[in-house]
Amino acid sequence: MEGGLFSRLMGVVAGLVRGPGGLMTATGLAIITMFALVAIAAPWIAPYPPDVRPPGAGLLEPPSLRHPFGTNDLGYDVFSRIVWGARVVLKVVLLSSLMSMAVGVPLGLISGYYGGPLDRLLSMVMDSLYAFPGIIMAIAVASVLGPSTFNAAVALMVVYVPTYYRMTRARVLELKNEPFIEALQAMGAPGWVILVRHILPNAAPTILVVFGLASADAILTEAGLSFFGLVAVYPQPDWGLDLYYGKNYLLDGAWWLVFFPGASILLLALGFALLGEGLSERFRVRGGSYG
Amino acid sequence: MSLARYVAVRLLLVVPTVLILYTIVFIVMRVLPGDPVQAALGVHYVPPEELEELRAKLGLDKPLYVQYFEYLAGLLRGDLGESMVFQGRSVWEDIKDKFPATLELTLAAFTVSVIIGFVTGSIAAVKGGLVDRAMRVYGIIAYTMFIPWLGLMLIYIFSVELKLLPSGGRIDPRFIPRDVTGLYIVDSIITGDLRALASALEHLVLPALTLGIVLSGAYTRIVRVHLAEALRSEYSIAYRARGLRESKVLAHALRNSMVPVVTLMGLQLALLLGGAVLTETTFSWPGLGSFLVERVMYRDYTAVQGAVVVFAVIVSLTSIIVDVVYALIDPRIRY
Repeated sequence: MEGGLFSRLMGVVAGLVRGPGGLMTATGLAIITMFALVAIAAPWIAPYPPDVRPPGAGLLEPPSLRHPFGTNDLGYDVFSRIVWGARVVLKVVLLSSLMSMAVGVPLGLISGYYGGPLDRLLSMVMDSLYAFPGIIMAIAVASVLGPSTFNAAVALMVVYVPTYYRMTRARVLELKNEPFIEALQAMGAPGWVILVRHILPNAAPTILVVFGLASADAILTEAGLSFFGLVAVYPQPDWGLDLYYGKNYLLDGAWWLVFFPGASILLLALGFALLGEGLSERFRVRGGSYG
Repeated sequence: MSLARYVAVRLLLVVPTVLILYTIVFIVMRVLPGDPVQAALGVHYVPPEELEELRAKLGLDKPLYVQYFEYLAGLLRGDLGESMVFQGRSVWEDIKDKFPATLELTLAAFTVSVIIGFVTGSIAAVKGGLVDRAMRVYGIIAYTMFIPWLGLMLIYIFSVELKLLPSGGRIDPRFIPRDVTGLYIVDSIITGDLRALASALEHLVLPALTLGIVLSGAYTRIVRVHLAEALRSEYSIAYRARGLRESKVLAHALRNSMVPVVTLMGLQLALLLGGAVLTETTFSWPGLGSFLVERVMYRDYTAVQGAVVVFAVIVSLTSIIVDVVYALIDPRIRY
């Protein structure tokens, strides 16, 4: 059965990669897969431990063959820190995306389908939260909860639930008036059956697009939190935190301490953004906050 | 309905938005697990009596609903309480001092982003083909750049290597202009202080460019899509058929692409303010964002709460401006 599931998954991916937006989807998936593999295989890929000075390593060494991304002020290998840091960012962002989805999608389904005072109240709360700068809300939540990967994921969840909610709700409002839903209602199908069996599958492409775009955004917000020391504690390897400490040596010319963590953030966010863009073109879904 | 009435109604709608955001912030700051007083005092042992005393002084010993309404009443009077870490410092006064710096930065960055967006988007729409694709990629990459990274790279190039621009701060402290509006650029022009103007501009370039570039991606995308559509539209074809120069056709098409751009300005507001927090921290820009982050690090909860609530008020009030501009430029909108 394992093989069957795998080939089915591959079939779905192949379907997504073909057609409009396919190149973007494929590039995005390739980037995400690469980082996922790096994160999983970190112990085998990283040439040195991330928080120990390897024997013979100098302080603030520029990139070389021994240290492709250079060393930091404590002599730690920057490349190894980036490899290990991929674990932190992926863990936080995937966890927060799943949690936001788990809260935002059901609320959006119910709110959009049943309407009424609950819908009005929820919409108002979600719209207010959506209009508020995400990084500021995340800072507020994370600063109260304290630095940890789980707390950071909770902080990001507060920021991204409204995105999933709004897009799901909007899709339900469209679908609600389709003849096939009206037919189901006329036949007396219970509300939850219509929602789960008929509306949810039709809203799935929208949710997938939001997953790509919101995760891209979440990576940048996570990087912001970690830049402010709200995800990990030094010397734990963490891209945003490394960038924060690296900036102290920038004026001395140690550009590699800033360049490589930031470039990794850019590349990973780009992977998710391309995935979201490609899928939105494929399914003709209009993207969220960025046009 | 007249425009004045529309604005009045819109202003009334700000009240629930601010209330909802205030409530969320209150829940986050006061109801979530975590003891702000203990956190503010750090990890070392503090006798329980002293903790109680500080709590009582800050009003944190009262029931939550009392705290909720007392803080709200304070907010209406412009009183956000006292700093928990810097004894006797009024949070409101601190925020008032920092606000002009943030306003100056965001206005400059906003201008930069719209200009870059229009230029790149128009080039993409007019040239098409490979240029169009390149601009499309620019739109996505600009958006996914981490602000501190872009800022620090610009600092490395322009301050460290080329030694052209300062790496942080808002102005050379020797040249601070006489305070009129708090916006250094405006103040130095009003008072005719050229040295102050030069210093302020020199400090503003990199932060405004950093935030402006990151925000420009979305404008590039939207101008590109809507302008290309407008240039293909029947009215553009009709203009060309009558022998109108292409530059004139472009001018008409651009005007018609303005509506979605203004919509985007409203949506981008959150990104602009959030981005300002990261930009200010990167460039040691003494605004609200730096203030917020600094107080987060000190675990000064009353200050953090005050700053977040003020951001909520700013977001709500600015969204009115966007709505009014929207109503003014699009005659189809009824208000």
